[in-house]
Amino acid sequence: MSVKVAMTVNGKPVSAEVEERTLLVSFIRENLRLTGTHVGCDTAQCGACTVILNGRAVKSCSILAMQAEGAEITTIEGVAYPDGRLHPMQQAFKDHHGLQCGFCTPGMVLNAIDFVQRNPNPTEKEIREALEGNLCRCTGYHNIVKSIAAGAAAMAAGK
Amino acid sequence: MNAPLIGARIARKEDYRFLTGAGQYTDDITLPNQSYAVFVRSPHAHARIRAVRTERARRAPGVLAVYTGEDVAAAKLGTLPCGWLITGVDGKPMKEPPYPVLAQDKVRFVGERVAVVVAESAALARDAAELVEVDYEPLPAVVDAAKARAPGAPVIHDLAPDNTCYLWALGDKAAVDAAFARAAHVTRLEFVNNRLVPNAIEPRAANAVYSRAEDSYTLYVANQNPHVERLLMTAFVMGLPEHKVRVVAPDVGGGFGSKIYLYAEDVVVSWAARQLGRPVKWTAERSESYLSDAHGRDHHTVAELALDKDGKFLALRVRTTANLGAYLSTFASAIPTILYATLLAGQYTTPHIHCEVTAVFTNTAPVDAYRGAGRPEATYVVERLVETAARELKMDPAELRRRNFITQFPYQTPVALIYDTGNYHATLDKAQKLADVAGYPERKKSSEAKGRRRGIGYACYIEACGIAPSAVAGSLGARAGLFEAGEVRVHPTGTVTVFTGSHSHGQGHETTFAQVVADRLGIPLENVDIVHGDTGKILFGMGTYGSRSIAVGGTAIMKALDKVIEKGRKIAAHLLEASEADVEYERGVYKVKGTDRQKTFGEIAFAAYVPHNYPHDKLEPGLNENAFYDPTNFTFPAGTYICEVEVDPETGKVTIERWTAVDDFGKVINPMIVEGQVHGGLVQGIGQALTESCRYGADGQLLTGSFLDYCIPRADDVPSFTVDTCETPCTHNPLGVKGCGEAGAIGAPAALMNAITDALGVKDLPMPATAETVWRALRAH
Repeated sequence: MSVKVAMTVNGKPVSAEVEERTLLVSFIRENLRLTGTHVGCDTAQCGACTVILNGRAVKSCSILAMQAEGAEITTIEGVAYPDGRLHPMQQAFKDHHGLQCGFCTPGMVLNAIDFVQRNPNPTEKEIREALEGNLCRCTGYHNIVKSIAAGAAAMAAGK
Repeated sequence: MNAPLIGARIARKEDYRFLTGAGQYTDDITLPNQSYAVFVRSPHAHARIRAVRTERARRAPGVLAVYTGEDVAAAKLGTLPCGWLITGVDGKPMKEPPYPVLAQDKVRFVGERVAVVVAESAALARDAAELVEVDYEPLPAVVDAAKARAPGAPVIHDLAPDNTCYLWALGDKAAVDAAFARAAHVTRLEFVNNRLVPNAIEPRAANAVYSRAEDSYTLYVANQNPHVERLLMTAFVMGLPEHKVRVVAPDVGGGFGSKIYLYAEDVVVSWAARQLGRPVKWTAERSESYLSDAHGRDHHTVAELALDKDGKFLALRVRTTANLGAYLSTFASAIPTILYATLLAGQYTTPHIHCEVTAVFTNTAPVDAYRGAGRPEATYVVERLVETAARELKMDPAELRRRNFITQFPYQTPVALIYDTGNYHATLDKAQKLADVAGYPERKKSSEAKGRRRGIGYACYIEACGIAPSAVAGSLGARAGLFEAGEVRVHPTGTVTVFTGSHSHGQGHETTFAQVVADRLGIPLENVDIVHGDTGKILFGMGTYGSRSIAVGGTAIMKALDKVIEKGRKIAAHLLEASEADVEYERGVYKVKGTDRQKTFGEIAFAAYVPHNYPHDKLEPGLNENAFYDPTNFTFPAGTYICEVEVDPETGKVTIERWTAVDDFGKVINPMIVEGQVHGGLVQGIGQALTESCRYGADGQLLTGSFLDYCIPRADDVPSFTVDTCETPCTHNPLGVKGCGEAGAIGAPAALMNAITDALGVKDLPMPATAETVWRALRAH
């Protein structure tokens, strides 16, 4: 059975006919061709598929596209400024070498932005705990933690 | 003028695309008329296939084709080759059972590919795969290497009735036995180096398209060495001419060894693309990665170290049984031999070493190189033994190491390698200082005051990187060369595109290599781009593994740069009306010595492409040079890791309180990137020692088949690190570089287990030292 879904993604209204079983991540990757949202596992552990849905970071592999009907979604493609300058959190990841292969990076950045919005001045321990649902195999997390601390400071300073 | 680029912390050129979702990984590529493949995999570890019934699947909605082992056999597709021939102690070649791309008659591990369904969407292919009925006759399975060698064990391959691939040895057994006979002390350990699953966060993927018009194939694949993939696939499996196959490894989301190999899925989608005349894409689900990516490690070892009364090492005796899994993966045979036994001298002058390796087939996924590949296993043997010996002799473990350090270079080890250079005292000194070893007793007291145990552990590792001199590798059984290729294309206005046979899947080559090029040419970094990962663009390449990229690939680029500069000198001499010998090149400018006459690099490039005033009688137009570089020796990165842990005796939980890593990678091009490589390696090594273990049930079912059951470290499992370097430049490449990609994973497990056993006051503990393992050890003690 197919069903029509409509939502706002990165500020743009989108809609499509999809199979009912279509996951939000498949809708984003395959229907919208926004391939910055990645799939790294099949058990909702890795967080590579993280998007911001109605203001909260969620794993788009764990909900159906239908469930996001009418939602406001931000994917990694919608994070930088319209003129192409990086968001302070993206810039912090670049400055502090918070990424290597880049595969977990979109999920890390989106989760970090969501976390910092709720916890603007986090300790290292809080940052590490907040990353529980995002796996990285390259960086050993050291520079991701530094990046998020720096990104938090930059966001607080309104950069 | 330009700031120095070698040694500069430069933010990566590649980051913008990864940070904005513009990376292009294999699964992101969807081609016109795309179709999708799903593999039917064996649920049995060992079974005879009586029949594969595909009729229902073929009739399912959206299905384009279903292929089985019979189909690929009828098409005469070859079996997957092994790239390294090991010759046993009996002088006979290793046993090489055929590894078909789709199972023939029998399956030998859970997850082996039995059939493939191709459909209009991945979901439809998955639905139809459920409808493929395979009639299996289950056979007894064996997963443990020792049990596989026992009489009466199930026979996995007819051509290896004892399930043994080879029995191999290195070193002088008689000399070792004699040294043990006169030893004042012998330290003995028996342990398992636990099986690991590499788990790059990007699962493997392949997308193949066949062009009838060109009679050619293009394969996009998550792979670390596209030319090797192409060579193996065309020449050994599909019987295709190489010039009709283009392999593209686009952005690749981590490899750690697991994406070196030619996998069955890559062959099957390529073949199917031609059968169907449509692009065929397959992307692994994580559960398939666990089942079918090549695993790492899985050694059982008995190791003994003989010492004299002063703590000098007399001899080392090692017996290892290596589990290779059900089939030989691409480089499987070399890992527990050539990349393992040759490293057993470590940083020490141990004069006699003998190592015997028995490699065994079992009903488990194939085992091959995983970050470090043989060297973590060797380091674990040496560094656990040394630390244990120090405790038995009541000596300071650092002091025992110092007494045995190699200090004279070049140094010929008793296990074939010649270390060109090193300074092991320097890395140990610096690590001890940074780790504040002097303050350890106080910290231990304060842990004890809280009711916690505290321990400290060292590992002084060495690795052989920059693989490899092809002739040496060839004499040891390699079936491939191990050089690297690079091409420097100077454009008419003086900007540069460099094509490298190395492949970056997180290492940051687009930045590091650009630093090397811009520094050598004296041009701005932004004028240099690095291209990799496409056999259609790059002249040749052996790819990235064994921490070889900068040492071998970087040197190939340096050689090509030398040619560019030399040709430029000839052009400059002509334009400046000077003799070549009088023209110097420095910081992007050709100058006539002792004069103010000069031409910039850009002017020379322009003259090469607009050759109006040009020495046509001596030179061709254009400025484009390539070079192949075959190293003369391995490189030998080495270092000291010091780890301090606190153990909660109530729960068994281990907390890493401090970690200091001092590595000697020779010259460092970009310290920020190098530190990142160390951090990542350390956490994979910590994962092995603390959280990760691949387990099969006795029936061959994989018990750890997801991120839920197999714990790769989370951010809150690990600490921040103190990382520093010493620089003893490599003596045989122009950059003085050694390689840094694997060090962390090589040294970390031994350092961490040394710390935990120290905290617990036990001689040994199995990896991973989970809370349960530690808790039980505390209660047994």
